[in-house]
Amino acid sequence: MHALDYIDPGTPAAPESEAARPVTVEIDGFSVTVPEGTSIMRAASMLGNQIPKLCATSSLKAFGSCRLCLVEIEGRKGYPASCTTTVADGMKIRTQSDKLGQLRHNVLELYLSDHPSEAECAASNNRCELHEMAAAAGVTESRYSLPRVDGVPAGCNHQHSVKDDSNPYFVFNQDACIVCSRCVRACDEIQGTFALTIEGRGFGSKVSASQSEPFLESECVSCGACVEACPTTALTEKSVLALGKPDRTVITTCAYCGVGCTFKAEVKGEQVIRMVPDREGHANHGHACVKGRFAYGYATHKDRITKPMIRAKITDPWREVSWDEAVNYAASEFKRIQAQYGRDAVGGITSSRCTNEETFLVQKLVRAAFGNNNVDTCARVCHSPTGYGLKHTLGESAGTQEFDSVMHADVIMLIGANPTEGHPVFASQMKRRLRQGAKLIIVDPRQISLVRTPHIQADYHLQLRPGTNVALMNSIAHVVVTEGYARGEYVTGRCEQDSWNKWKAFVSDPKNSPEAMEAVTGVPAMAVRGAARMYASAPNGAIYYGLGVTEHSQGTTMVMAIANLAMATGNLGRIGVGVNPLRGQNNVQGSCDMGSFPHEFSGYRHVSDDAVRALFESAWNVPLQSEPGLRIPNMFEAALDGSFRALYIQGEDIAQSDPNTQHVTAALSAMECIVIQDLFLNETAKFAHVFFPGSSFLEKNGTFTNAERRIGRVRKVMQPLGGLEDWEATVRFANALGYPMNYTHPSQIMDEIAALTPTFAGVTYEKLDELGSIQWPCNQHAPEGTPTMHIGEFVRGKGKFFVTEYVPTREKTTSRFPLLLTTGRILTQYNVGAQTRRTHNVVWHDEDRLEIHPHDADVRGILDGDWVGIASRAGETVLRAQVTERVQPGVVYTTFHFPESGANVVTTDNSDWATNCPEYKVTAVQVVKVNQPSEWQKRYRELTERNTRIRRGSDVHA
Amino acid sequence: MHTDYLVRMANDIGSFFASEPDPSVAAESIRQHIHRFWDPRMRARIVEYFKETGGVELEGPVRAAIQRLAEETAAKA
Repeated sequence: MHALDYIDPGTPAAPESEAARPVTVEIDGFSVTVPEGTSIMRAASMLGNQIPKLCATSSLKAFGSCRLCLVEIEGRKGYPASCTTTVADGMKIRTQSDKLGQLRHNVLELYLSDHPSEAECAASNNRCELHEMAAAAGVTESRYSLPRVDGVPAGCNHQHSVKDDSNPYFVFNQDACIVCSRCVRACDEIQGTFALTIEGRGFGSKVSASQSEPFLESECVSCGACVEACPTTALTEKSVLALGKPDRTVITTCAYCGVGCTFKAEVKGEQVIRMVPDREGHANHGHACVKGRFAYGYATHKDRITKPMIRAKITDPWREVSWDEAVNYAASEFKRIQAQYGRDAVGGITSSRCTNEETFLVQKLVRAAFGNNNVDTCARVCHSPTGYGLKHTLGESAGTQEFDSVMHADVIMLIGANPTEGHPVFASQMKRRLRQGAKLIIVDPRQISLVRTPHIQADYHLQLRPGTNVALMNSIAHVVVTEGYARGEYVTGRCEQDSWNKWKAFVSDPKNSPEAMEAVTGVPAMAVRGAARMYASAPNGAIYYGLGVTEHSQGTTMVMAIANLAMATGNLGRIGVGVNPLRGQNNVQGSCDMGSFPHEFSGYRHVSDDAVRALFESAWNVPLQSEPGLRIPNMFEAALDGSFRALYIQGEDIAQSDPNTQHVTAALSAMECIVIQDLFLNETAKFAHVFFPGSSFLEKNGTFTNAERRIGRVRKVMQPLGGLEDWEATVRFANALGYPMNYTHPSQIMDEIAALTPTFAGVTYEKLDELGSIQWPCNQHAPEGTPTMHIGEFVRGKGKFFVTEYVPTREKTTSRFPLLLTTGRILTQYNVGAQTRRTHNVVWHDEDRLEIHPHDADVRGILDGDWVGIASRAGETVLRAQVTERVQPGVVYTTFHFPESGANVVTTDNSDWATNCPEYKVTAVQVVKVNQPSEWQKRYRELTERNTRIRRGSDVHA
Repeated sequence: MHTDYLVRMANDIGSFFASEPDPSVAAESIRQHIHRFWDPRMRARIVEYFKETGGVELEGPVRAAIQRLAEETAAKA
């Protein structure tokens, strides 16, 4: 059932078209003017006239099956369905008449004859549109109902079906199903998975998941679109069944991936009953995925740490204390360490899972209160090359488009991204465009599902060897330039001529031809040539990419190569094209925007810029350092050499997420004071001395910025379980250190951000409330934001081409390490899994597995499900094998959602030359069958037991 | 901070600029990158390494870049 407060106009708006002219019709004596192509049902709704309906809903194409929305049209015979009949000039329509009432009455009686009673439906705590329609039409009983014997209908009916409650989040009760196909159409049209169908014919028709399988075992991805579309109680959220009806709605932004879906949190008291994607949400348009819609239970999980804690040594048990004691202890330790080891011996890490305001405050704390620039963020290990690469080529460290732009793309090139797993709601939109006929080029070592999925088949899958992205991109550019596909006029007008000439000569060199590079990439030259021609000759060619681009030793080079290609083909600066990084976490873009990198203030301005620094010094009333600080991996090195001793980490788990775990934990162990602010006692907390209880996205106010630069509000639904919103803890910490912070609401922090950051100058909470969301830049030149960047000219003025020589990674396969390991994500889990592992999502994925090709498995005697040891130059771990052809021979793959898996025990210190983003995607390994955990895993279990003990306090005060 | 870690980072930066035909331009680009993105203690350590060893493990124009960094540091001192 759709959101509490949604008034359903029944059919979608008419397709937007400049040619669509206004049409005026008269409905029940009232005149209304609507765009050509609008349904009569929708036109009536605009007059406040809700025509009875069951199979129609505004998120789906009109279907015309329920026969309830019939109307009379003057001059026309019969009773056309108002959902499938569009308006025409001068139409006079009646939605109510004796005859229409009679017809609807009869239809409703037929439906009710094989449907649970109103009381039975009400018991599910869900609405039933059928009973609502019957009540509105005055239908209280059905002439067609079967006589009952001992309370049971005597005759064929559907009232004894077995409920399917296999899915952890919703129930399918076939008794209440009216076979309207809304669920099937939602799965097809909105989600694009095609997991549901209507099985059988006539009376035997029924909704079926895959081949009559339970929902859990079917192809269903549990996005919940079917549950929301269902007009009856047939598909109902288990939370609604268990907790009752919500009584209020709070609009907020999802805390999972970089799509940044807008949700209506439907709440009873302070308890979330369900999350309903907002149809007004500009990023998601009413769609959601299994994480955003259902996997919010972690917020109230029993593992939440809700009291501050401290300890002198990491081997001591934690001791619960008051906020004051924890904050004062942390401040005294940081002061002591700075006095003993110097001002630069401390630092902080901001979080992509926290709000812009919280992130801004942590970097301010580091720069102003710690007095140095040792601040970094988890974008270091994901999209830092995007920031560097796009800033240098185009002038701004962000994607160029809004998500809706994909609906105008003719050719989509998807590089190193797996959106159906990592960015599922955007993937559904992309699939809609592909089903409309857009072409698809996939560049990925692995056979991701978009290579071939219902109604979609990639035109090219360039299945390259891990680590050869730049070689492949150079060979694509070679074809574009040497075969005359480059847009010379565009380049001449918009790009630096010298850089263009230099780049053109470089890519034209025969050494970069597809034929020459085939031996490096493993991709047939003809396929490269075909893909290059397809992208370059498209009216609109759009590139989307993910961590398969950035997490390489040449991550930044590859981002530049992508920008080069887009500039050369004129695919920047308008709708339907662009360079679009798919950001991993909800606020990666925002955390970067907010000045989380050690070398720059908010808005990507270098700390050495005297004028910018003076602006911040004046606002913050303190001198600031002009030298860059330490990046996260530099912090580890500095910790090991003794020059870095204390770290404040808000909402990150570097002991699990960062590469070469044993190196990271050695560095953490060498520090004297680590302050962790988190929801849970995470992996890094095992090495911490102070724990500040974090607040989930449901417990605070603020903003997130998604992958399309869209700033969306996060609104508090419940009080923070630990007593403070995250920004409030930072304020207390700053004050304890002697640097005054006096904010009382995050809107004041946003005002400061706007005052200090030109791209945010026009952003206020009032404007966000008014517009729903805003894409930066938002300032006097673009008061309502900027959906498409670089229109007319690039942010840096002229676009700059960079020569992108392919340099092989130093990580080589050898006879000792003959396979290449690459890592990634899965739909139901998120990042380090701290949130999703504490939800029912574990029914789909309860451990990380190692994907291995049948050939590689066979030669090693490995069967599906066997335990295998994975050894690299950095370390060794043990996982269960999954034998699959999704990976190519010579390549293995795993996820890193479970700490005990130790996926990052194996990954190495290799990193991107420009940003130190780790090379997660290329690790040389050997895989062998084993029968016991690795030595690291044994030590991990001992450490977990020893370092997570808590001595509970009985009289702790705030 | 371990010298081999810094040397490896510097050489990685150098690899990007290896295609620059003018070694002087390459060296200056590498110096600028290190100046803009390395914490002062890292720069000081690699300069120290350069003074001690002549930068034997620094590849191509990276050695000249670190030499310029050393001169810059000396000039500021």
